[in-house]
Amino acid sequence: MKEDMIKRKTNWTAMIVLILGLSAIAFPLYMTIIIAFKQPAEMTNSVGGILSLPKTWSLDNFREAMRVTDFWNSLKNSLVITLLTVALSIAIHSIMGYSLGRNKGHSKFYSFVYLFIVSGMFVPFAILMMPLAKQTAELGLANWFGVIVLYVVFYMPMNIMLYAGYLVNIPIALEEAAKVDGASTWRTYWKIIFPIMRPMHATVAVLTALAVWNDVMTPLVIMAGSDQNTLPLAQLNFQTQFGTNYNLAFASYLLSLIPILIFYIVCQKQILNGVVNGAVK
Amino acid sequence: MKNERKTTFLLITIPILALFVCFNTIPLIRGVIYSFTNFKGFGTYDWVGFRNYADLFSDARVGKSYLFTFKLAVVTTVVVNVISLILALALNSKIRAKSFFRGAYFLPNILGALVVGYIFNYFFTYILPAMGAMVGSDSMSKSILSSPDSAWIGIMIVCAWQAVAMNTIIYISGLQTVPEDVYEAGGLDGATGWKQFRYLTFPLIIPFFSINMVLSVKNFLMVFDQIMALTKGGPAQSTESISYLIYNNGMSGGQFGFQSANAVIFFIVIVTVSVAQMKFTGKKEEQL
Repeated sequence: MKEDMIKRKTNWTAMIVLILGLSAIAFPLYMTIIIAFKQPAEMTNSVGGILSLPKTWSLDNFREAMRVTDFWNSLKNSLVITLLTVALSIAIHSIMGYSLGRNKGHSKFYSFVYLFIVSGMFVPFAILMMPLAKQTAELGLANWFGVIVLYVVFYMPMNIMLYAGYLVNIPIALEEAAKVDGASTWRTYWKIIFPIMRPMHATVAVLTALAVWNDVMTPLVIMAGSDQNTLPLAQLNFQTQFGTNYNLAFASYLLSLIPILIFYIVCQKQILNGVVNGAVK
Repeated sequence: MKNERKTTFLLITIPILALFVCFNTIPLIRGVIYSFTNFKGFGTYDWVGFRNYADLFSDARVGKSYLFTFKLAVVTTVVVNVISLILALALNSKIRAKSFFRGAYFLPNILGALVVGYIFNYFFTYILPAMGAMVGSDSMSKSILSSPDSAWIGIMIVCAWQAVAMNTIIYISGLQTVPEDVYEAGGLDGATGWKQFRYLTFPLIIPFFSINMVLSVKNFLMVFDQIMALTKGGPAQSTESISYLIYNNGMSGGQFGFQSANAVIFFIVIVTVSVAQMKFTGKKEEQL
């Protein structure tokens, strides 16, 4: 590593490309922040008028946006749905991945179940959406709970594949040793295997949380009649109420982005690792 | 002892499999069944055999949505992968503040596509035309989203803005698998710059290139949120993606049965494209 640093100097061409590229990412965010803080009277029709800094940094727009979009309720729904989905996914998908992963090598039944579930990855939501809207309504699941059940099913193929893949590296001798001590299979799983799979739990948690938090389609189709919103759904449903008050709209957009931005700043490393692990495996 | 293990595994597998069948397999089968009916989403319905499928192939609106979706998917995939490769090479080279840049470049990916779409909607509607007027360009001084010829470009830009982040970090993890001595050995043979990339780096990261291709095409074929936020399928139905059309006409347009047939075809298309891509790239990897 040290030798490497002496041999190669900073690549300035790459630095220039990256700094220029960064403006393409920063500009929409800058625009969002300043418009969210401005008053409608400050929005003139020129580029300079729209993009200049606000005269005062007032939180009025945010207060109003919270009231109009019922922000705290939507935030609560989004948090409950995301956290419960992640917790259930880790518990259910990991043990299913364990059960299938340990048996698919020597049992036709388990290898069929494994392929059957994993091939569910190719089923687009578009084909399930209409029957599911009917089915959840029939079962009384056209609400946030039904959405969680559906997420646990939708992310099952991907997560089971990840867990079963990770399991290959865990020697079966560990379980056999526990069996000699008289522990049941169920106990062995939770005491020994589940803790060992921690790195995979992190990956699954990150991938599932990001997908669920930002998803619009499932709650849109399933929760349409329930008077409840998730954060993205609230943006969609209240879009007409903002009218031409773009400052209010942008305050609301910014509010809905803040939770995930905080999560990203705090757990950046785990998120990047999780995403790479999930995609490459 | 052996039986205890078997029983436990069955007791785990059966209920979870039942859950999966109940909310994935059964709705899939119901979707296929609806596709042979004239169901409106409510009330009674009759069997119509293959009529929905026959109508599907002569329906101009459906054909248009397939053309639009494929055009968007192909162009966005190319654009995203070219930009991602350049960024990944830059981010993997010797630079200052490496972890800051990597963190910043991944940021767009974690933001919700719908809200990002709304932000860009404003940008395309007000800021870009104002900039166009400032530089005195007539074609740029109206919103690109308002013309059927250019609205898809706006959607492409928003899709790319977010997807570049994901593909870039996959390419970076690919580049990190290339050992340093490959470059040194290649350097002795005169492989530098473009030659180095073409003959050394790229062949070694082909597996990552395949992942990105499959992921990109599949994601862009299913585009929905961006359409919802930017154009709602307009102007003149020029940006109706397949998913959007199925949602819009199937859920509220009284075409439950007809759009079910559309969804079945869409499902077959997704599977065919994904399998073909994997077969194709799998062969390429073997050749190396």
